Order: sequence, then C-alpha cells, then structure tokens
Amino acid sequence: MTTAPQPDSNEAAVAAAAPYASLQPPTLSLVTYPIVGPLLALIAIFVVFSLTTSTFMNAGNMSLIAQQSVVIGTLALGQTLIILVAGIDLADGAIMVLGTVVAGSIASHGDVALAMALGFVTCIVVTAINGLVIARFRLPPFIATLGMFTIVAAAARLYSQSRSFPVTSDLLTVLGSGPEFGTVTVTYGTMVWIALTLVLGYALNETAWGVRVYAIGNSPIAARLNGINVTRVVFSVYALAGVFYAFAAWQAVGRTPIADPSGYQIANLDSITAVVIGGTSLFGGRGGVAGTFIGTLIVVALKNGLTQAGIDSLYQQIATGALVMLAVGADQYLRRGHRA
Amino acid sequence: MTPVSAVDPSLAMQAIGLSKHYGHVVAMEGADFELARGEILAVVGDNGAGKSTLIKALAGALIPDFGQVYLDGESVRFSSPLDARLAGIETVYQELAVASQLDIAQNMFLGREMRKPGVLGSILRQLDKKRMRQQAAEQMHNLGIRVQSIRQAVATLSGGQRQAVAVARAAAWGRKVVILDEPTASLGVRETHQVLDLIRRVREHDISVVLISHSMPEVFAIADRIHIHRLGRRAAIVSPKTTVMSDVVAVMTGALPSDAVVSASLAAG
Repeated sequence: MTTAPQPDSNEAAVAAAAPYASLQPPTLSLVTYPIVGPLLALIAIFVVFSLTTSTFMNAGNMSLIAQQSVVIGTLALGQTLIILVAGIDLADGAIMVLGTVVAGSIASHGDVALAMALGFVTCIVVTAINGLVIARFRLPPFIATLGMFTIVAAAARLYSQSRSFPVTSDLLTVLGSGPEFGTVTVTYGTMVWIALTLVLGYALNETAWGVRVYAIGNSPIAARLNGINVTRVVFSVYALAGVFYAFAAWQAVGRTPIADPSGYQIANLDSITAVVIGGTSLFGGRGGVAGTFIGTLIVVALKNGLTQAGIDSLYQQIATGALVMLAVGADQYLRRGHRA
Repeated sequence: MTPVSAVDPSLAMQAIGLSKHYGHVVAMEGADFELARGEILAVVGDNGAGKSTLIKALAGALIPDFGQVYLDGESVRFSSPLDARLAGIETVYQELAVASQLDIAQNMFLGREMRKPGVLGSILRQLDKKRMRQQAAEQMHNLGIRVQSIRQAVATLSGGQRQAVAVARAAAWGRKVVILDEPTASLGVRETHQVLDLIRRVREHDISVVLISHSMPEVFAIADRIHIHRLGRRAAIVSPKTTVMSDVVAVMTGALPSDAVVSASLAAG
C-alpha cells in the first residue's frame, strides 16, 4: 500500500499512462492467481519423480494417483467451502465414515437404495448441525467441529458395535469401477471428483452466492453492511459441504468396499492439508476449488512418488507437513504484503 | 405530537421531532433535521451528542419512539436499513465496508449482483460479470476515480481509493441521499482531499449528502450548511459562509446559546 504523498505531476503521469477505470486485465500476481504456486509445485513433483524413478510417469500410475485422490479430493471440496468462510471442519472425515457405516450396515440387510439415501442424509444432516451451531449460535468452528468429530467418531463405533461391513452392492461400489482404455482404468469416481470440482467452481465463481461466500470470508462485517444474510450463507456453506462429504463416503466404499468405523482417521487433516497446499487461505476469502484439486494431487503424487522411490512412509509424512507449513507461510507473506 | 415545523416538500429529506429513549437514557429528544436537494450537509456535535442516533434513525438502523421522517415531503417509516436503501438512501459506515479480496466491480455490486438474461441467469444463476464491470467502470469514471483496473482486488488499493470505492458504491445506489459517517477518519491528508473532491462530485450528480465529521476544517471546506447537534437535538443549523468556526464549536459545546448564531434553516415555520 502506498502511503507516501506523491507530487501531482507524478499522479498526472500515472493518469495519462492508465486511462480512467479501464477494463484492461489486472497484472498477474499471486494474489489474483493463487493457484500459480501450487501448480508449479505439482509440475516440479512430476518432473522430479519422472527423472528419479522409472515407474512414476506412466498411464497406469497416473490412473492410480487419480484413484488415490478421489476420497480426500472430494472431502477437500467441502472443506474448501468451509475454509473460504474462515471456518474449519475437523469432523469431515468422521462424518464421511459415519455415512459409510450407515450405508454399509443397511445395505448388509439388502436395501441398497435406502442405504444410499440414508448415507447421504446422515452426512448432510450432521454437517448441517455444525452449520447451525456455527452460523446461528456463533460457536467457533474449530471447537464446534472438534466436538462433532469426537461425537461422530464414537457414534459410528456405537452404531456399528465396532464391526465393519463388507459392501457388495454394485450401486454403492460403482465409483471404484469404470471404463478401461487398454490397461488403464478411468474410474467413475475420478469422473465424479472432476465433475464435482467443476460444479463447485462454477457456483463459487459464476453466481452471486459464490461472491457472497468470498465476501463473508473477507469480512463478515462488510458483508452484513451490504445487506448479505451472513447467517444464512454460512449455514448453506456447511449444508452443502455435507453433500460433498456424502459423495466422499460413496467414493470411499468404491475405493475399498468395506465400511469400517475405524477407517480414515486422519482424513480431516489430509483434507485440510490438500486445501491449504492448494493455496486457499485459512483466514478465509481467498482461494478456491482449482487450487484444492491441485493441492490434492500434490499430496497424493508426493506420497505416491516417494513410495515408488522406496522412501519410508514416515518421510512422506514429514514432506507433507513441510509442504503445509510452506503453504501457510506463503499465505501469511502474501497477506502481509498486500494489506493495509 | 404537534410538529413545530411544517413539512417542506422541496427538501430531499426532513425529520420532525425525533425522539429515542433507552430506559431513562435520552438518546434523542425532539430532534429536527432538514436536508436540501443536492446539498452537502455536515452534521457536527460533541461525543455523546446523539449524532449517530440521529443518523441511524435516518438510515433505518433504528426506529425512533416519536417523530416523523419525510423523503421528498412524503412520510416514510423505515423498519430496517434495507427499507432505507430501497427508498434511495445509502449509508457508508465508519468501518470500511468493503471486502478486500473482491475486485472493485464485485464490491460495487455486492449484495445486488446482476444475473445474465435468459436461462443462464434464471436457472444456472450465472452472474453478468461483463455488464457489472462496465457499469462499475462507468460509475468510477463519472466520479473521476482513477484506478488501474476495475478487476483489481480492493486489497491492492490505497486507503483513500478503498474509501472512494465505498463512496462510489453508495452514490451508485443512493438515488436520493448518501450518508457518510466520518469517511476520512482513517485517511491521510492527500487521501482526505481525494475523498472530499469525490463527495463534491457526488453532489454534482444531484444526490444530497449528509456528512458526519469531527474535522472542522473539513466541514468548512466542503459543507453547504452545518447541522449542529447537541444534547439529543439540533441546536442550530448554520451556513459556513456566515458563521465562523469558533462559534460553531461554541454552540457544539454549549459555550454559546444556539440563538446566538444566524440560522440557515430552509424549512417553513
């Protein structure tokens, strides 16, 4: 921000150079294009592992990376929405698991359509409850969802009596299959993940609702002064995130056809990692689903590549953790550099 | 209640006998207000004089216990800020009411976004970004606000430019009245001048401006008339051409009785 007074002649020169409120595109910067950084990181990962391993860069492994991405990637779409309004959801993984357990247990009695429906309803209702206490009763999102995380994780075990349910239904596991191109399978799950990313991207970038989500993440006060119903929009964000968690649950039983109440225990952290590495600010109001899509691929490709290179999985966790800190550091730097 | 002054339909906005009590606390007691068409009216008063209570009543943010507000001579009753906005009154609050990561056009249309015509707009609810950018650019151009691009994030603007965006937005939507609550409070000297110039240009577009300010030099530089608020009511309304700054301050603080200054009231009665 420029605070130093400048002589008028200078100002006139600037005015002559740049016409009044012209419609020229803005200068390329990391603030306006927050996905440039993550995209470069993803390319770097692909280049490094292509050069250092012989098994990374081939169609089969690319298909595998996509399949490894879908559960966290779909979960991270909901997480992105919530983080954009300066929230956080620590319960997303547990809610997804509860969804799989509800669907899996009902399906084991035979009614697949009901299982599917109740799995979706469970995810949406539980996440909407989070939205209600956060938007309406102003609980801090971190605490509200931490509480919900504990409750839901325990509820899933109680409901299933700590058993896991094998899922054999074609409908419930359909996302794990897909058309084959030679030796490579492109799963329906991958297609659904891409489609959901596009739909959410459209909603965030092309509709008034999306603009309002960003506005609330920037400044809830400014949003309210402009006549936006902040409570209602924040609630809608959580309820919609629940829809993505339901899809993630569907993805999960497609990927591993078993509904296990003790599965995906750190999916919440993985989803937050994908969002943050994708350049969405934890303070809200900046970022988006394109970044999250890339962020998910970064996390998965990094793990995949390190595995191909024969590196211990603990080092993979260290690498992921370092990336998160780098991403948050970059976000802080950008904020400080471009704020008053 | 019998109004002491008559309704004057030539005024842009008028209020007669506004009162607001909070228990035993009197925030406003028989306050009158008059705003001529196309004028800049400064509202000054000591801390606690009840300026913001008056402004809130005019902006629909507060419902007075007694009294009447008139817009173009018509009695109006606002039960929310939205009512006032729909009637053509826009308020720029002291907190910078802009979303910093959104661009100028998005801020201009925040809460009032335009959708594309046809199916794209009605079913797919797609925004008409092009039209909003064009109109925002026109508005900025009309008010002489220079920015690199209408698609710049507000975060990349200076404090003065950001306030200019907020004022431009108010001027774009406020068909009749724009209320500015200390718009220059957080700005430097050069930026203050930019915003004051902008306020003058808003007046040129036939919009009446209410300017709440603590800065006497600013008030005397820009105001057509000065409304002095004291103890929950209007103590006097004066012209900066006929009244000196020290007298305004004296009336504001009660050192001088209100009838010691020349009234610049326009309303009959």
